[in-house]
Amino acid sequence: MTGQRAAFRRKQAIMRRVVIGLVLLFFAVPLYGMFSDATKDVAGKHWSLATWRTLLDFPKISTKYPDLKTGFLASVGLAVVTVVVMLVLLVPTMTWVRLRLPGLTRTVEFICLLPLTVPAIVLVVGLTPIYSWLTGWLQYFFGPTIGSSTIWLALAYVVLVLPYAYRALDAGLRAIDVRTLSEAARSLGAGWGTVMWRVVLPNLRTAVLSASFLAVALTLGEFTIANLFSRTNLQVAMYLLGKSDAQISVAVGLLSLVFAFVVLFAMSFVGGARSATSPMTRLRRAKKEPA
Amino acid sequence: MTTARDGVAVQLTNLRRTYAGVNALDGLSLDMHPGEFIALLGPSGCGKTTALRCLAGLDDPDSGTITVGGKDVTGIPTSKRDMGMVFQAYSLFPHMTARQNVEFGLQLRKHGAEARRKRAQEMLELVGLSLHMDKFAHQMSGGQQQRVALARALAIEPQVLLLDEPLSALDAKVRVQLRDEIRRIQLDVGTTTLFVTHDQEEALAVADRVGVMRAGNLQQLAAPEELYSKPVNDFVADFVGVTNRLTGAASAGTASVLGTSVPLLPGSAQSGAVTVLVRPEHLTVSRDAAGNAAVVSASFLGAHGRVIATADGGDQILVQVSSAEVARFEPGARVKVTPTGDPALAVSA
Repeated sequence: MTGQRAAFRRKQAIMRRVVIGLVLLFFAVPLYGMFSDATKDVAGKHWSLATWRTLLDFPKISTKYPDLKTGFLASVGLAVVTVVVMLVLLVPTMTWVRLRLPGLTRTVEFICLLPLTVPAIVLVVGLTPIYSWLTGWLQYFFGPTIGSSTIWLALAYVVLVLPYAYRALDAGLRAIDVRTLSEAARSLGAGWGTVMWRVVLPNLRTAVLSASFLAVALTLGEFTIANLFSRTNLQVAMYLLGKSDAQISVAVGLLSLVFAFVVLFAMSFVGGARSATSPMTRLRRAKKEPA
Repeated sequence: MTTARDGVAVQLTNLRRTYAGVNALDGLSLDMHPGEFIALLGPSGCGKTTALRCLAGLDDPDSGTITVGGKDVTGIPTSKRDMGMVFQAYSLFPHMTARQNVEFGLQLRKHGAEARRKRAQEMLELVGLSLHMDKFAHQMSGGQQQRVALARALAIEPQVLLLDEPLSALDAKVRVQLRDEIRRIQLDVGTTTLFVTHDQEEALAVADRVGVMRAGNLQQLAAPEELYSKPVNDFVADFVGVTNRLTGAASAGTASVLGTSVPLLPGSAQSGAVTVLVRPEHLTVSRDAAGNAAVVSASFLGAHGRVIATADGGDQILVQVSSAEVARFEPGARVKVTPTGDPALAVSA
């Protein structure tokens, strides 16, 4: 019996390794292809670091490929604004709905998940008249430069990231007893602002990080909406670059993927220490233990 | 050890609160004296937690008024009511240590760092956790967490202390220990306290007065001894302690039960066929072949024993006996059950 169990465990371990190996191959082969393309000479016959050297020469690349710098800065700005607007919009709304309007939970969930079902092209068709109207007002208030800035795309991106951010924050809110914590804080004299800032947010740290990461990843990788609105972000810049210098374009693509992996790893490392055992899980474990 | 604060009077007047057509509070009125410890007791859904939440400001009554220390606080938000509360669920902020939890309310009141630290130390000493002040909630047991929650609630020197079934998540032994500690601390600090529980033993053990609630109303508010020995109606008699419902006949302030005359409590039915509510310890039982009942079972319960018998008239009778006597009452034995003559409540049959 013990021998059979050991053999079964060995088989399971082998299967696990095979599956992990296949998955790694699935991701590694295209990445290797990109790396190989970017690390060859123009003829594609010999290994060369020329492309990477060009990329590391910031003054040269800014002059030679101005769209790349513009697109990169625009994407970083869009990521930051999208994350901030998404958090300011979602965290208080979801907390308030959970505390005061639980009957609206399904409605809010439906609204937040709706963008998943709408293709980007359809979204653009719907957003075009809104942006035409909005740009007029923005130019009126902030002048033509700021009014027509790429940064306003963040409003569309907030809609785009809603489903993913909602899911991440919802999981975080489910893991803590928001009602009791907020009532305890209020009974001690805290107003709603203090409750949100000092009690709810610190306990949603992991969820907020996850939602932010998803928003950053989605924003850095977004192409359709920016392209259709004729704005230049990183993806659009890479696309334009691909027409003139495919190797640089592939190298930038690979770098943006590596950047995303690094961000993911850093965030999971930062949140990992807490999320491995969330505060409420640890509290639940402590329940019923003797004094 | 602590800065005791004089308790304040609290009045709930004619509170009404309806949830989806159900009256959670149906004209509840309650007067709490300064420094008094009142326990609200009742079955699930009787409105006791709603009453406490209305007093805390966590729920708004549809009508009625709440005054604390003579001031109407009915429309004042929770954060401005100056009340400390301990919840049924563990409510320590998970990202803060025990000390930071206790300091939270003081920080909101702009106390200086040194004053906060000193007060937190003092309160954690009061609840016996001075050695655990740097622990997070997940590093403490349930009982310890509730002690910290109590220290946190008391640290702000609240006008009123509200305890919403704070012991219900704890195991039996810790419950008894902590309930006695709560009473000791309350006597020490002198804060007017409202304690909500569904555990009658808990309520009777710690409160100055116990209020029994039913369907949003207070049935009786009295000292524990009075509530137990002089219930005003059969609901209170049934809910607090164990009661036999015995058939009898009432006349002129007494009732004849099991062949013995029993004086009736005020508010009892005064004539005709009645049901007399008699406590198990207000009955005696002895072996008697010509007795008035037959033993169904006898059980040993440690400090005392219990004999269940069926009266010749068909009533089921529960009698408390000493543990040494239990062995004398084997099932089927004929016995004589006699009321001791303590006053009892009678209701129309």
